[in-house]
Amino acid sequence: MEALLAITVGAMTAAGVYLMLSWNMMRFLFGLVVIGNAANLAILTVGRHYGPAPPLVPDGQTAPAELVANALPQALILTAIVISFGILAFTVVLLYRAYEEMGTISGDDMRVAEPRPQPDQSTVGS
Amino acid sequence: MIVAALPAALTVFFASLVPEIAAGQVLRWAVPWIPGLDIEFSFLADGLSLLFSLLISGIGVVVMVYAAAYMQGYPQVGRFFIIMTLFMLSMLGAVLADNVLTLFVFWELTTLTSYFLIGFTHETATSRAAALQALLVTGIGGLAMLAGLVLLGLVGDSYELSVLRASGVDVTADPLYGAILVLVLLGAFAKSAQFPFHFWLPNAMAAPTPVSAYLHSATMVKLGIYLMARMQPLLGGTEAWLLTLTIVGGITAVMSSVWSLRQTDLKQLLAYTTVMGLGTLTLFLGLGTEAATTAAIAFLIIHCFYKATLFLAVGAIDHATHTRDRDALSGLARVMPLTFGIALAAGLSMAGVPPFLGFIGKELMYEAAVTAPSAAWLVAGAALAANALMIAAAGLVALQPFVGRARDWPQPPHDPPVAMWIGPIVLAIAGLVLGLAPHLIDQRVIAPAVAAVAGHDPHLHLKLWHGFNLPLLLSVVTVAAGIGLYVGRERVRCWLGTAERLIPGSAERAYDHALAGLKRLAAWQTALLQHGQLRGYLTTIFGTMIVLIAAASLRGGVWPTDADLTDAPAFAWFASALIIAGSVITIITRYRLAAICALGAVGIGTAILFVSHGAVDVALTQLLVDTLFVVLLAVALLKLPSFWDLRHRETGLRVGAAAIAVAVGSLMTMVLLVIVSVPLDRRLTAYFESNSVPLAHGHNIVNVILVDFRALDTLGEISVVAVAGLAAYALIKLRPRRDPTHQSQGRSAADQSATG
Repeated sequence: MEALLAITVGAMTAAGVYLMLSWNMMRFLFGLVVIGNAANLAILTVGRHYGPAPPLVPDGQTAPAELVANALPQALILTAIVISFGILAFTVVLLYRAYEEMGTISGDDMRVAEPRPQPDQSTVGS
Repeated sequence: MIVAALPAALTVFFASLVPEIAAGQVLRWAVPWIPGLDIEFSFLADGLSLLFSLLISGIGVVVMVYAAAYMQGYPQVGRFFIIMTLFMLSMLGAVLADNVLTLFVFWELTTLTSYFLIGFTHETATSRAAALQALLVTGIGGLAMLAGLVLLGLVGDSYELSVLRASGVDVTADPLYGAILVLVLLGAFAKSAQFPFHFWLPNAMAAPTPVSAYLHSATMVKLGIYLMARMQPLLGGTEAWLLTLTIVGGITAVMSSVWSLRQTDLKQLLAYTTVMGLGTLTLFLGLGTEAATTAAIAFLIIHCFYKATLFLAVGAIDHATHTRDRDALSGLARVMPLTFGIALAAGLSMAGVPPFLGFIGKELMYEAAVTAPSAAWLVAGAALAANALMIAAAGLVALQPFVGRARDWPQPPHDPPVAMWIGPIVLAIAGLVLGLAPHLIDQRVIAPAVAAVAGHDPHLHLKLWHGFNLPLLLSVVTVAAGIGLYVGRERVRCWLGTAERLIPGSAERAYDHALAGLKRLAAWQTALLQHGQLRGYLTTIFGTMIVLIAAASLRGGVWPTDADLTDAPAFAWFASALIIAGSVITIITRYRLAAICALGAVGIGTAILFVSHGAVDVALTQLLVDTLFVVLLAVALLKLPSFWDLRHRETGLRVGAAAIAVAVGSLMTMVLLVIVSVPLDRRLTAYFESNSVPLAHGHNIVNVILVDFRALDTLGEISVVAVAGLAAYALIKLRPRRDPTHQSQGRSAADQSATG
């Protein structure tokens, strides 16, 4: 099971990285979604596969009777999902507003904060 | 005048310590500073530090009184006096410090405050450049010194100078001695403007004249001399010490006194003679004999007296005539008789003419030179050449502007107000009185200082008349040569002008090149790293990740051993296929909605895998978030240009990006396989499983972890989401007011908030 997940995570990561390396900020955003899911699956993989039994304690007992799924990575993933949703929602709005202000969704052309170096920039002796 | 109160009080205080110190006592005061590192904030007063303290505070009184009159009309005079006072206190801290790290801190405080003083007229570019130059040269030297002092502390097992000296540890026998010597001397040479670091001092003349008088007579530049004197008992007495100090000091003294004759600006001229004085001091501290140390200490005092006086006299001339060019000055004796008298007295002391104190100093130098342990004639020759040139330089400053034909001045110059001559006249008279009656200071001040360097009580007895001997003969030769140089000054200047053109490079040019090169390097690496392209930044990040993981795997030899795919159930295969298909479609589709749907498929596939791992809550959350996000994305992205419109911008597979992507993905797979091949430590999970019900009364372990065991993490998570939501809201609502519609919106919002 872990081997299949490892390969799936690798494929997702590759797709996410490829998308993030696009000049198109929309595709960058898609890459962010894919790589976020890949990260969550990676945490799941590292927590190992113990079968489909959820980490619940039956009524009247103080601990699970048999081997149940690892609860710790699940808690971590839940946190990660919610945070990445917040970040992605913000990124979507940011992209929308950036397009409104700059009239482009090309990351290469968004140069307000870091303007392109001018040809005469090397003369710094003054 | 109030500004002179502190230095005056300090002078009185230090003077009151003289009898105690002269009796051989050492005063020490310390508080723990960094006890964990055995570092104390400690001060020590012995003969050497007391002499320096007296000079610093005494000359400080003169300069402060003078500056109170001189600085009238300058902007921000208050700041000037604050920095001057801070500078003086830093100097005192440096010469009184017992702990070498305390010494370093005060040392660099003098560097910093002198930066502000040299660049006080910061409106002019030359002032700023000179201040920066002094800061960089002496500051970098100071860092070298710190390294040397730390090594010294390691070798001697203490950072206290007094402990190091008392322990009798032989630093010179340690393998680290060479490094310590080089590093400490770098700091001293940079601070005291020794060749090849001498160039910053003449440039520092951009400062107001009181600053020059203070920094370059009694204080800043003398700190390097102080360090060498202080270190001589620990580091001195070796061939390396002797050779380095005598050669560097000799070159500095002769070279700078030659160049002083080339200068036409009187302050520049004095600056070069200061470098000469510092070179001479280094030379004699290098010899290390008792006679040489006595000569150095005596010359130190003499130099402070006459150099401060001459700087202040030049300041008076500048104040009265608005020029310091010696070609434009003559006949001032008639209109500025008092200034002439002061300058002449100081000039005669500088020239070493009896009965001034300078004469005694010169006799001591020659006596030390002819009794030098090695290369006595070379030392004597260097001292003779430098002294003869000094006589000519003294003539150029103290005689030439005052004699000759009177000039027609637009406003007739006159002697300065009393505040500007009272201090210099005291110093000038002191030079004469102490020359006539050297017994006033020889046992009280000079002998304790020499004892602090030499380690035993010296047998010194200063007097004007030593009888007919070799030093007297050398003095006569010096005076004759000096007068000859003064008479032929114009010819000398012509020769030097020719010589200057023949010299191909200089240390200052090297400094300029280094500074320009540093700026170019900074611009180049900024352009390289901060190029402003998101893709470039990501490439750097992913590339670094690839290199680090690959390097770690190759070094550690960790590779996944087995990858068993047979145990995966069919629906896991299905989910994986769904995810990979969704990813591929996202990449290859040219339709935004198709891409969004494919992303949704990736999310659903992920949720299925969660279910297969018993993560039901996670899968539910994933499905919910996934759905929400697809809707949000669809709404927002339809307002953006479609892929189709932009298709021409991106054709085919981008090979570079694909290579990076495949590399990162493969490494990710590999890392996961390595991790799952080692056994899992389930202790933490076991703790949560066995404590969920007893401690938190919850049966859903994941929920208990989130809201109980790790509740603070969850609070952080909620905060992140809240901040992201607020930021997104602000992005949409707060727009720069450019067009009328937005303006009216903003105004109505403002009205609402005002009424509400």
